[in-house]
Amino acid sequence: MALPPPDPQFVLRGTSAAVHTLHFSCGGQEPDVPVLFSGSENGFIHVWNLKTHRVDTALDGHGRKSVYCVETMGGKDRLLSQGRDQRICLWDLAEGRTSVMDSLFTEHVGFCRCSLLKVAPGRWLMATAARGLEEVQVLELPSKTSVCTLKPEVGAKLGMPMCLKLWQLNSGSQPLLLAGYEDGSVVLWNVSMGKVLSQLICHQEPVMSLDFDSEKARGISGSSEKVLSIWSLNEQQNLQVYKTQELVNAGIADITIRPDKKILATAGWDHRIRIFGWKKLKPLAVLDYHTATVHCVSFSDHTNPRERLLAAGSKDHRISVWSIYTQT
Amino acid sequence: MSWNDGRPGLQPREVVVVLEQFLQEGRLSALLWEGCQQQAQAACPELQDNLLNKIVCLPEHVSNNLQGKNPPVFFPQNYFPLLGGAVLQVLQQISDSLRGGLDCSISFVSHVLGKVCVHGRQKEILGVVVPQLTDLTRADCIWQRICWRLVECVPDRWMEAVVLGFVQRAPGADVLSRLLGNLVVKNKKAQFVVTQKMLLLQYGHTTEVLQNLLGYLSLDNLRRALLLRVLQELLETWGSSSAVKHSPPEQQLYISKAILICLSHLKETEVESCRQELLTSMMEGVKCHLDSSLPQLRRLGMVVAESISAKINTEGPVLKFEYEEDDETRELKSLLVQTPPSCVVPSLPEDETLFLVSAKLGVRLQQEHRSEKTDVALPLVPESNKKSHTAAPVVPDEESEAELDSDDELVPYDMSEDKELKIKAPVYIRDCIEVLTGSEDVDKWEATVKALEGLVRKNPAATREVSVELAKILLHLEEKTCIEGFVELRQRAQVAVLTTDPIPVTKYLTSQFYSLNYSLRQRMDILDVLVLAAQELSCPKLHGKTKHSGAQKPLIQLLPGSDSSKDWRRIVDERIQSKTRRFATGQSQVEVASSPNKFNSVAGHFFFPLIQHFDRPLTTFDLLGEDHLVLGRLVHTLAVLMYLAVNTVAVTAMGKALLEFVWALRFHTDSYVRQGLLSCVSSLLLSVPGERLLADMAEELLETQSWLGDVVEKDPNGDCRRLALHNLLLMENLKKKLEAVPS
Repeated sequence: MALPPPDPQFVLRGTSAAVHTLHFSCGGQEPDVPVLFSGSENGFIHVWNLKTHRVDTALDGHGRKSVYCVETMGGKDRLLSQGRDQRICLWDLAEGRTSVMDSLFTEHVGFCRCSLLKVAPGRWLMATAARGLEEVQVLELPSKTSVCTLKPEVGAKLGMPMCLKLWQLNSGSQPLLLAGYEDGSVVLWNVSMGKVLSQLICHQEPVMSLDFDSEKARGISGSSEKVLSIWSLNEQQNLQVYKTQELVNAGIADITIRPDKKILATAGWDHRIRIFGWKKLKPLAVLDYHTATVHCVSFSDHTNPRERLLAAGSKDHRISVWSIYTQT
Repeated sequence: MSWNDGRPGLQPREVVVVLEQFLQEGRLSALLWEGCQQQAQAACPELQDNLLNKIVCLPEHVSNNLQGKNPPVFFPQNYFPLLGGAVLQVLQQISDSLRGGLDCSISFVSHVLGKVCVHGRQKEILGVVVPQLTDLTRADCIWQRICWRLVECVPDRWMEAVVLGFVQRAPGADVLSRLLGNLVVKNKKAQFVVTQKMLLLQYGHTTEVLQNLLGYLSLDNLRRALLLRVLQELLETWGSSSAVKHSPPEQQLYISKAILICLSHLKETEVESCRQELLTSMMEGVKCHLDSSLPQLRRLGMVVAESISAKINTEGPVLKFEYEEDDETRELKSLLVQTPPSCVVPSLPEDETLFLVSAKLGVRLQQEHRSEKTDVALPLVPESNKKSHTAAPVVPDEESEAELDSDDELVPYDMSEDKELKIKAPVYIRDCIEVLTGSEDVDKWEATVKALEGLVRKNPAATREVSVELAKILLHLEEKTCIEGFVELRQRAQVAVLTTDPIPVTKYLTSQFYSLNYSLRQRMDILDVLVLAAQELSCPKLHGKTKHSGAQKPLIQLLPGSDSSKDWRRIVDERIQSKTRRFATGQSQVEVASSPNKFNSVAGHFFFPLIQHFDRPLTTFDLLGEDHLVLGRLVHTLAVLMYLAVNTVAVTAMGKALLEFVWALRFHTDSYVRQGLLSCVSSLLLSVPGERLLADMAEELLETQSWLGDVVEKDPNGDCRRLALHNLLLMENLKKKLEAVPS
């Protein structure tokens, strides 16, 4: 008899709005406390102290418009956030400051989260959906200089970009972008040349979320359908379907592969978090705690694997934090 | 002729003693033997007649003379078996003399047998004769000839009784064939009895008799021609719409049984020869049976049509209906498959070939099946190979081997709780309207349909705002997905809307009942909903209960499914019976719960719009024409509404209108409609106060009474007769009650 699924390690309450994005920053040495950033529908970014399980700071920088993406740049003192006010803000949180250093007006009205990639110390590439409906813009941060704008060919009819993932095989090599579009296809872009390398129709419905494992050259995407699609990238940089994984209920809001590439977690519209083994997509656990759609899942970046956590934010205003498969 | 009582000198008692002795010494057979002598017959036919008369009527004569104090041996139940024994003895003598090479006549015995049978003593005499003859004819052809001759010599005027007796008493078709020989071919009268009278004009015989009769026809090639003719005539009757409409269901069942038995006897070649005729009559028959509003007849039509179709299409598609199996259909079908054991011997070669053919077919089918299977199975193997092939180039080989068991270290948790999520139903009535009219979300739609009744009952005020709109949506609501009990769910929601806001919604529904472009189903739905709502309104306890328990079902499902005529009948019957008893004992009923009858103020709204327009045909809807099924339902609905209107103010006016309505339709050809009309009269008599009946509609009632009398006597439908009788009893009780009041 299999064990019953675990309960959450703890639950963070008090955002008083639906939680749309989560980001851990736990890599620091003592006496740095591990923190969890959460962005919620009321425009606040909460900084959760994972020792006390309380909110350290609440950041208000998006004019009470929903925050749907939070990323750190380096340590936990530099924060990037994206909101429905069509702005991306860069925060300086060092020494207790809570000020917006810089901001960028994307003019994008969708829900597509931006993607960050550290290309050199102190230099990042950021991909974000741009003003043009089908366009993706790639910028260099912190200089905010535009690297390129990725436009699909005329007549490609991909629709809006829904999710982005910037990656490179190893530092110094060409940065590539995986983008999931409204028509259900996943497209691999060469960022420096600004052209499509490969396109694969993974879903019948818009791609809601994707994640990619550059070591195995394999990625996974979810949509509003009842199925996860796993695809792979061959040496010729062609995307091809690897397998599909049936789900019990339709609708995936977010997918994250754990940094050690062993398991992955999905945030389901059915209020449930699902854990799969990444190698074979073996279903491992269904975490049923939330009472509304789960919007985001995120794994912590603890240096000690045993402390690793999984956090999920939901429309029910709660953030559940789980400790699962930490032994492996 | 010593028993001739005309002669003086001997006392009747003495004569009887002598006669008794005569009988007990077995002299009767000698007497019969005497009658059989050729010269005796030739000599004096008058004497023969007299003798015959006396032999057959002896019990009557004796008992007339002795005024009932006759000795037991003269009781018919004793005398005729004795006579039977004597007949057998004489036959034995005849057989012996035939074997001795002597000619003798059997006709006197035949006369005796015929006359006894026509006097209604078949049971007594044939009960003795037939079993004996069955034994004797088993292996002896002389006995067979004697027996054939015995029946052939029966005069035409007595033939029917004899043949009927033999058919009823023979233990099987083969025995009957031995006993009667080719009588039906030789004797016109016997042919008429067997092929016409017993099959088409009578319907009281048991299935065994039918099997005997038709089996007998099938056992000889000369007779098989008759079998085919019989089948054609049966099918003609079965397929005649007038017969379906006017003959009692029992007779139609009988004819259907006969058809099925005939079919079971048909050979391949014979089917081949009359395939077209069979097909034509099947099509006609199935049409008029399906048109009938009695479920039993519809089902009969379906079963017979299926059977014919299976018989004529040995390969190729076969007609298949959907109906619920019951004892009757099972019995009918068993007639088709079962071949009487007696038939097995003569038709064995055929059966064998048939069996062989079917066995071969079976083998071929199996082979095909197997090859299909392998066809299916083959691509499966490469597919799985393909998978691993496609996987291989993606993942480098050594890695894939390394990770073979890598997921296994992750032990899965229990995932049995991971079920499909239930969709939340809307919480507001207006949301429901939105979902039901426009939503593409099937799950939500389903949840809404399920939740609607509860919502309506919980929010009467909100429902009243949109009641007519909601009623309209529900009336037009089609089953989008396969929900269990969709029809019932919709109906309950409709009833809930109707009871929440009766006047506008009844106005809408009754007007829609008579408007264009509705299916019969929708019109009948309207009627069902009206009845259920009226019932709920008139029954305060029931209403309170449903109100408390929200979405709980109404306790009584008045009209489940489509074929509810039986339930109607049952309910009305129960009511009539309970009411009849109450009148008889004279006790007054006391309502336990006292709350206002909500039906009182709205009964007219339910009733009058429905009764007004029945005689105005529309292009798509003709109640008095071919849509008689809906008319039947309408009439039944009116009956129930009338019944539920008891104690309301409008009841007298309703009763008067209803009586006129009944009068206009009283000669309707559909028995279902007539049943409804009779129910109307019942509920009218029960609901309208006796004084009002007498004061306002006495004349109409008298007319109705004479009509009821006619129905009791003449209606072909048993249910109609019974209902009419109930009504007459009700009227009688009412009269008594009214007479009792002034005194």
